Amino acid sequence: MTTVSSAEHTRRDFLYIATGAVGAVGAAAALVPLIAQMNPDASTIAAGAPVEIDLAPIADGQIVKVFWRSKPIFIFHRTKHDIQLAEDVDWHTLPDPEPDAERVKKGHEQWLVVIGICTHLGCIPLPHEGNYDGWFCPCHGSQYDSAGRIRQGPAPKNLYLPPYTFLSDSKIRIGEESTKPA
Amino acid sequence: MSGHATYQPTNRAMQWLEKRLPIGGLVYSSFVAYPTPRNLNYWWTFGGILSFMLGVQIVTGIVLAMHYTPHVDYAFKSVETIMRDVNYGWLLRYAHANGAAMFFFAVYVHMFRGIYYGSYKEPREVLWILGVIIYLLMMATGFMGYVLVWGQMSFWAATVITNLFSAIPVVGDSIVTWLWGGYAVGNPTLNRFYSLHYLLPFAIAGVVVLHVWALHVAGQNNPAGIEPKSDKDTVAFTPYATVKDAFFLGCFCILYAWFVFYIPNYLGHPDNYIPANPAVTPSEIVPEWYYLPFYAILRSIPNKLLGVTALFSSIGILAFLPWLDTSKVRSARYRPLFRQFFWLWVIACIGLGWLGSKPPEGIYVILSRVFAFYYFAFFLIVLPLLGVFEKTKPLPNSISESVLGAKA
Repeated sequence: MTTVSSAEHTRRDFLYIATGAVGAVGAAAALVPLIAQMNPDASTIAAGAPVEIDLAPIADGQIVKVFWRSKPIFIFHRTKHDIQLAEDVDWHTLPDPEPDAERVKKGHEQWLVVIGICTHLGCIPLPHEGNYDGWFCPCHGSQYDSAGRIRQGPAPKNLYLPPYTFLSDSKIRIGEESTKPA
Repeated sequence: MSGHATYQPTNRAMQWLEKRLPIGGLVYSSFVAYPTPRNLNYWWTFGGILSFMLGVQIVTGIVLAMHYTPHVDYAFKSVETIMRDVNYGWLLRYAHANGAAMFFFAVYVHMFRGIYYGSYKEPREVLWILGVIIYLLMMATGFMGYVLVWGQMSFWAATVITNLFSAIPVVGDSIVTWLWGGYAVGNPTLNRFYSLHYLLPFAIAGVVVLHVWALHVAGQNNPAGIEPKSDKDTVAFTPYATVKDAFFLGCFCILYAWFVFYIPNYLGHPDNYIPANPAVTPSEIVPEWYYLPFYAILRSIPNKLLGVTALFSSIGILAFLPWLDTSKVRSARYRPLFRQFFWLWVIACIGLGWLGSKPPEGIYVILSRVFAFYYFAFFLIVLPLLGVFEKTKPLPNSISESVLGAKA
């Protein structure tokens, strides 16, 4: 076999490159189902539909844990004292600055609804523990206040807020954010 | 290398096979006539021990898989069934669980030995990097195997470790959801971990073949850290290395058996005998002992992204070791300063392991930071500079001289 080194591009070069390119596109296309199958399947997504929660039985100062999309959701019925503490702090100096008003729905300040997963590495913080009238994460020592804001420890963010809507004063739907005020 | 006999089968059947597939000759030249440096000490027996442990893990793992059910409702129960009902199930599971610990123990000795004697240096860089890849695969396999038990520690280890990826900017959360196959660690996660836990050991076996291949191309390093020059410097693999490996493997198995039969749960966490509960995080989450140093590095940094980066870097940096160490002399025997820094580094690694098991508060955090700093400084500051400033001791002229003195 002889090798002709030619500076000129031939039709054969074009065929090689075109064949290789088609092969690469095919291989990439074959990867799509192989990778996509690992994402949540249809039944998992269906089971993640919004849930309605009745707030009436939750006593003043009580924190309950409900589940939505396999995630724990903390519903904190905050006392006047809890609200006061959350509003009085100078929020500009916090690690993840957010005023209390942005953590709750207007007119429903006594209800704090947060995803109960530490924003550090996913542990579930313990309610009514720590120095800030909120939560303490036993894994790596993060502490959250009564607005679910990170105050101390390695967690980078405040406890995330799930999308939710007040259907009435004593009922919320978690998983759906309504655009019009309730 | 020449000087040792080549394979000449006398058996007719073997002659017939050899003409068609020279596998006998391959085995003979690789594991019988293969010349090994005559000064190898017992630290060199851990390669064989590791191959043995990989075999033990695969064999016990395959039979455990015959009784295990990878479903969130049955996983924990099926493990208890293995412990109580399956014939010899307790033995197989304890051998597998403690086998993982012994596997990691052996790989750490193997790695410390490689670093002490400079086994990663030219021309063994690829050999070393293949080793780092095996170690990474071992970590992934060990982690996923631990999750299969589906106890409290399993579940929360899976949660914490997969959440490490959420530190990645922008795409982190999507990656984590993709890893989970859901909105949290759940049945899809358990299923895929089972599939991968079964697969990865065979991937490890494949890389081990490359590792041994690369070893046989470059030849073994040795305590003197100089290349064999003549036949006087080497002995045949069989019987010399084979018997030495076998003897020390026996000693190693005594330790292994002691764990399996006398203290099978010593290295485990009692909380993993509580079935997984996604609603309650245990009061403390501690990984298996062999991950503790990296866990301590993660926790020593109060920033999530930086902590996760440090964790992965602490392992990834090993792959660059052949180029970070600028000294031409391999063995620590002839590097007085390196030897001191090396032992300090060993202390830092073990210290980090101890700190990883402690709560992240007070003096433990400060010590973690000191040790983590030294861990990286060893690679990034000490090793590059030592090659320039260290005055090394004179090397012996040959391996046989280093063993027998100058008269040989």
